[in-house]
Amino acid sequence: MSIDLANQIVTGILTGLVYSLMALGLSVIFGVVRVVNFAHGEMTALAMYAAWALATWLDLDPLLGMPLIALVMFGCGYLLQRGLIDSFIAKPEHMQFILLVSLAIIMVNGSLLAFGPDAHGVQVSYGFDTYEMGPLLVDKVRLLAAAASLAFSLALMVFFRRSKTGKAIRACADNLVGARVIGLDVRRLYAVTFGIGTACVGAAGALLSMLIDVMPPTGPELTLLAFIIVIVGGLGSMTGALLGGVLIGVSEVLAGYFLMPSMKSMFSFAILIVVLVARPQGLLGGRK
Amino acid sequence: MPVSRFPFVSRRDFLAGTAAGAAALGVGGSLRPARAAQPLKVGLLLPLSGSLAREGQSCKRGADVTPALMADLGMPVQLMIADTETNLDTARTRAEKLIADGAEVLIGAFESAQTLAVAQVCEQRGVPLVINIAAAPNITEQGFKTVFRNFPTAPRLVTEGLALMKEMFKTSGTTPSKAVFMHNNDTFGTAMAGAVGKLFPTLEMPFPIVETISYDGAARDLAVEVGKAKATGADLLILVAHGEDSIKVIREMVKQRFEPKAVVSPGSPGMYEVQFYKTLGKYADYSLTNLPWINPHTKMSQALLTAFGKAYPDALFEMNVGFTFEAILIAADAARRAGSTNPKALLDVLPTTNIADHVMIGGPIVFDAKGQNTNTRSATIQNFGGRPKVVFPAEAAEARVVFPAPGWQQRG
Repeated sequence: MSIDLANQIVTGILTGLVYSLMALGLSVIFGVVRVVNFAHGEMTALAMYAAWALATWLDLDPLLGMPLIALVMFGCGYLLQRGLIDSFIAKPEHMQFILLVSLAIIMVNGSLLAFGPDAHGVQVSYGFDTYEMGPLLVDKVRLLAAAASLAFSLALMVFFRRSKTGKAIRACADNLVGARVIGLDVRRLYAVTFGIGTACVGAAGALLSMLIDVMPPTGPELTLLAFIIVIVGGLGSMTGALLGGVLIGVSEVLAGYFLMPSMKSMFSFAILIVVLVARPQGLLGGRK
Repeated sequence: MPVSRFPFVSRRDFLAGTAAGAAALGVGGSLRPARAAQPLKVGLLLPLSGSLAREGQSCKRGADVTPALMADLGMPVQLMIADTETNLDTARTRAEKLIADGAEVLIGAFESAQTLAVAQVCEQRGVPLVINIAAAPNITEQGFKTVFRNFPTAPRLVTEGLALMKEMFKTSGTTPSKAVFMHNNDTFGTAMAGAVGKLFPTLEMPFPIVETISYDGAARDLAVEVGKAKATGADLLILVAHGEDSIKVIREMVKQRFEPKAVVSPGSPGMYEVQFYKTLGKYADYSLTNLPWINPHTKMSQALLTAFGKAYPDALFEMNVGFTFEAILIAADAARRAGSTNPKALLDVLPTTNIADHVMIGGPIVFDAKGQNTNTRSATIQNFGGRPKVVFPAEAAEARVVFPAPGWQQRG
């Protein structure tokens, strides 16, 4: 394997890890609340705008701004679920779809009004730096973003496995009736879960702002990407989201390198179709 | 000296100076108004939002300062500006609406596919379209009777761009051994790629193109594309990009330490735009673009530069400004010569346009039977300290070309 190809695969893995965190939020929300967040990418784009604003106006590095943005997004997600989405949970899926798509359209046009049509990118002082690791050249920004993404994802997994609230949320996901019988406050736990999902989006958005520029059409693109990742990895599976992100990141690189760069996105969709045909529940999704 | 810092020339000077070229403005015409002061209603279609918003806004800045200059020449115009949203369908519907609202001539639309859509509307409605910027050759190959383009076609851009490259190698005494060609896969980029593929073998270039890499300009990043280009071992990168993707390409080149002797565009936007300089800083320097550029030595260009500098002190004067100004000039000149603002009257006189005194480098603005101005000429501009400077042709040069460019890490 040539060094150039190895460099590209490393780039794909690192970028895929950041995508994973965004998709993780979608997976968590669906896995527990059973609502498909069609405004997921738009929320990510809002977090990217927030990171850009903090970097531009307060000179705050997105890596440092990430916890703040995740916290604010948690609050927004919590309130959104309690105030709006909760009343749609028992309603037909097409009504949930219309609600979330409406939210997405409002966010896209709101960002167009607030930030204009231009692309906004965060310039960090180390934006052009690379690490030499043997023969490999590793982009510093991607490495730091991927490391932060992985740390956030692992912390989330530990939270769900070890904490009382995390276990309660998993109980809601596994057996809703049982959770109600033992007296869990399901409404609150759903709101917390939605908040956690949007916190993932906040963290991922902050990290993505260092990798790609944000403009209003970025939101719908990211929604589509998040869907590809979670469907490939397995909707509702946290490790599936991580695997899906890396798989899509690497596959895009390989398609671009061996075939044609213009075919990168097409290759992701091809993988999606293959997975839907061969294993509809996703690579790590359980049969239900 | 940056092109935007020419000595102050007032609108009065502009009028007086341009009067000297009055005979050239119109076929044997005079600069005195030949018609009533009824302004020509000009429908201007530009991508003011969407992925080409930056370029569209740049064109609009050129348009904004033009009516006052036209009024000084006794050719009043009233602009009706519409946003195509960088969308083909929107461009078509906005063109329909402008005509319905009374536009007597349309100007636009910066991007080739949108321009073609607008051209079809104009042809159906019998309203002239003066193209400010759009390079796809098929626009003027379809037998349209209402389309007039004051911008070179992609093959012409490529032919002149490659010829200027040869001149640069000769002057610098350094010739690259092989090149890699990267291009955006939109209508413009594909047309340029087609022209490069067809013309390159015929121009006896002193290096081969070892690989052509087509990419999606809307891709989230271009890491793999640049990695693939680096893997070819080429020491020259020929790039056809737009604003956003040219930034992505250079950013990845720095990160991946891909250091060819130069990055040179045979005639695409991107590497001479404000955002390119702002985002990339020192890494924006030494990039080369071969394209039509403003001729700093005409009275009219000095007046335009002065007006532009006053209205937009922080903006950069780009090719988009000059061509948008000239498109309006062509329409206004037609109305003056026709003595009417009626679209049919304009269509009668537009084929005989002959404007010697204008702002861009090149001969008089005249149209061939297809409505194409064949007198446009390209220059080579190179970035120095966050500004583009003309390095070729020699008679318009503002600085000496630097080739090969210093490596990324060797820049202060």
